Amino acid sequence: MSGLLPSPLLALRGIGKSFLGVRVLDGVDLQVRPGEVHAVVGENGAGKSTLMKVVSGVHQPDEGTVEFAGAPRTFRNPREARQAGIGIVYQELTLLPERTVAENVCLGREPLRRGLVDRRAMLSHTAELLASVGEGSLPPDTRVGRLGVAQQQVVEIVKALALDARLLIMDEPTAALADHEVDQLYALVRRLQEHGIGVLYVSHRLKEVFDLSSRITVLKDGRAVATLDTVDTSADRLVRHMVGRELSSYYPAPAEPQELGPVRLTVRGGGNRKLRGIDLRLRAGEVLGVGGLQGSGRSALARALFGAAPFSTGRVTVDGAPVRLRSPRAAIRAGIAYVSEDRKGEGIVAGQSVLDNALLAGRAVRLGRGGRGARTARVRELLAAVELRAAGEEQEIRFLSGGNQQKVVLARWLALAPRILLFDEPTRGIDVGAKSAIHDLVRRLACDGAAVLMVSSELPELLGMSDRIVVMRDGRIAGELPTGASEEDVVALAVGTVGEAAG
Amino acid sequence: MSGALSLPTRRTPPGVFVALVLTLAIGWIVVTLDGGRLFSVPTTVSLLHVAAGLGLVAVGQTLVIVGGSLDLSVAFVVSLSTLVAAETMAGDDGALLPAIGLTLAVSATIGLVNGLLVTAARINPFIATVGVGLLLKGYLDNGYDGPAGKTAPALVQGLGYQRIGPVPLSFLLLLAVAAAAWFVLARTRFGHHLIAVGGDPEVARLSGVRGSRVLVTAHVLCALCAGLAGVYLAGRLGAGAPRVGTEGLYDLESIAAVVLGGTALAGGRGSVVGTVGGVLLLASMDAIFNQLEVDVFFKQAIRGVIIIAAVAVYARRAMRKAS
Repeated sequence: MSGLLPSPLLALRGIGKSFLGVRVLDGVDLQVRPGEVHAVVGENGAGKSTLMKVVSGVHQPDEGTVEFAGAPRTFRNPREARQAGIGIVYQELTLLPERTVAENVCLGREPLRRGLVDRRAMLSHTAELLASVGEGSLPPDTRVGRLGVAQQQVVEIVKALALDARLLIMDEPTAALADHEVDQLYALVRRLQEHGIGVLYVSHRLKEVFDLSSRITVLKDGRAVATLDTVDTSADRLVRHMVGRELSSYYPAPAEPQELGPVRLTVRGGGNRKLRGIDLRLRAGEVLGVGGLQGSGRSALARALFGAAPFSTGRVTVDGAPVRLRSPRAAIRAGIAYVSEDRKGEGIVAGQSVLDNALLAGRAVRLGRGGRGARTARVRELLAAVELRAAGEEQEIRFLSGGNQQKVVLARWLALAPRILLFDEPTRGIDVGAKSAIHDLVRRLACDGAAVLMVSSELPELLGMSDRIVVMRDGRIAGELPTGASEEDVVALAVGTVGEAAG
Repeated sequence: MSGALSLPTRRTPPGVFVALVLTLAIGWIVVTLDGGRLFSVPTTVSLLHVAAGLGLVAVGQTLVIVGGSLDLSVAFVVSLSTLVAAETMAGDDGALLPAIGLTLAVSATIGLVNGLLVTAARINPFIATVGVGLLLKGYLDNGYDGPAGKTAPALVQGLGYQRIGPVPLSFLLLLAVAAAAWFVLARTRFGHHLIAVGGDPEVARLSGVRGSRVLVTAHVLCALCAGLAGVYLAGRLGAGAPRVGTEGLYDLESIAAVVLGGTALAGGRGSVVGTVGGVLLLASMDAIFNQLEVDVFFKQAIRGVIIIAAVAVYARRAMRKAS
């Protein structure tokens, strides 16, 4: 394929874009060849999303040119870009769960026969498209709501391809996928490649970038700082380009034994519909990592401790005193805070301001520290302390990047000065730079005497952050590992090849 | 499930029809024990007449609700339509068609206003249509104390009272309108786009659907249906009746029928067939209570309970599906 060195499918030259005087893109050059997977990486706020929106016609560049298929183009809206052959798969699924696969794929351009929607043509067209990406077994008349996330992703891609797309933009396509589903996506992307479709692939997950792409463009502060051939580069080098820092400096140092304080939280024989026989001790000053496979009870444990899906059996003590964690409110009063893995669904109120979001828990559960003014002042301090980057505290939180949304959530809980913090996937969907900021913060909280429980499915994070790791399997604690354990140790416990917990 | 059969109706929850059959069965037993007859010709005819009036409004309501909107002005549109029709006809058969045309034009205009308020002015449909409804109410209250105009005899004899066996012409009109609405949702681009807009306006927009246009059209169709109901009621009553819409509770009852039929109030999922089922259920309850000469208050309370129970059942089902 590279023998001829085909002319670029997409060529961006000197793209610049500003919003309200803030320069978001600055002189970006980027080329995608037919059949090439071109990865775009960079921290949140580096301009990746804006760049994708320029290519797909959502935004118009202030300067620079977009050349597509050999001709300079200006797309005034997404429709024009799509008609020219640029498909986009958004980060969030844009499908209608109540409608069939075919109805979703053909939405907005239903085939007509004598003025009426030609259902047969719709179904056969969709079936063809599905077959062309190797998903011929997916029936086009199934309701999308009945499909799994991975299959919905396939539908989303097929929808983007439906108009003979020659360039496909994929923005964080694996954000919602489980590991084995990611492999399916890989296969699909490779098949698109064989068809000569160029792919612009935006992702935070460096593994995917290395697995899939042939070239990588690194964006930093709105500039394309490097375009690298994937085979000639390493993760270290890529991260250096992105943040100017080595991989090894990711994680703050673990706690020294003398830094550990008294036992903050104990669970004896905790159980509910998803958990059985949970025995747990959590000490002040430590970060206890919780590993395990999806559905092993990791999140259920955090939710039980927060009273969101309470234990139905067992005893819990906080600072030596027995407590009943029957609701989040009770848990908050016991000094427990919880950062959910589902930030969009459970962490933030998307349409409310940064300040309102940060004040949410404090307003609901007054823990007797001054009145309204004091509370607001404290939250403001915290927002500054977590280095929030927002247009202002009145900005709606949905406009913030994932990392900044998470900082607001953190500030909300810190305002209550919790003694026990439960983090469920605290850095999911957050870029490298903001990630280490959150890691630092988690460690600092532990140093200040909080007891931290952190669920993570990212092994490097789990190993790098934890003083101790418990691994869950089938709703039980399968085993515990000290600091310095290896990824293999965790996986072995998680899948059950070793350490069958007695009883 | 074969492709040719995969029309939206296949997801119609049969629940409303089960409820309908159960209601009729229980009603029949109770009425018989009470010494009356539920399925006599006069009762059936009056049941179907009630269903026809409410059904015309509810089918239109289904369209806007599927699109994620709502029309609370329909009751006033119905009243106004009876007046426009009867006053224009002034008892003259020759003025029949122009009068119907004018009535529908007036209704369509009101629908257009509703639609533009909801889309162009981005006013919440609840507020927008209540506002328009109150405007109409003001006009009706100010201009009329009681019945006005005289319906053309042809309309009275035709749509008002003509029937084939026990089935009134008006009920056949309802079935025709419902079939048309079903067809529109299942087989036209407009229908597909309307369901998409109701399901998620942003998804529809990103797919190139012109959401505003679709929603305005739905509002016009809804008002047209209400106008048609007004024409029928003018035929039934022989004159224009300024309070008939509100007294018949056409706004709330039409929404109740739509919800009973399994259409999601949030939009994006709906069934015209279900709506007709909901209408028949409400009309049957009406007939049964009339036979039993139940107290009006009690009658309303029972209807309220049934509607709440139905929605609770749907909610439970949706919850189970989600988990």
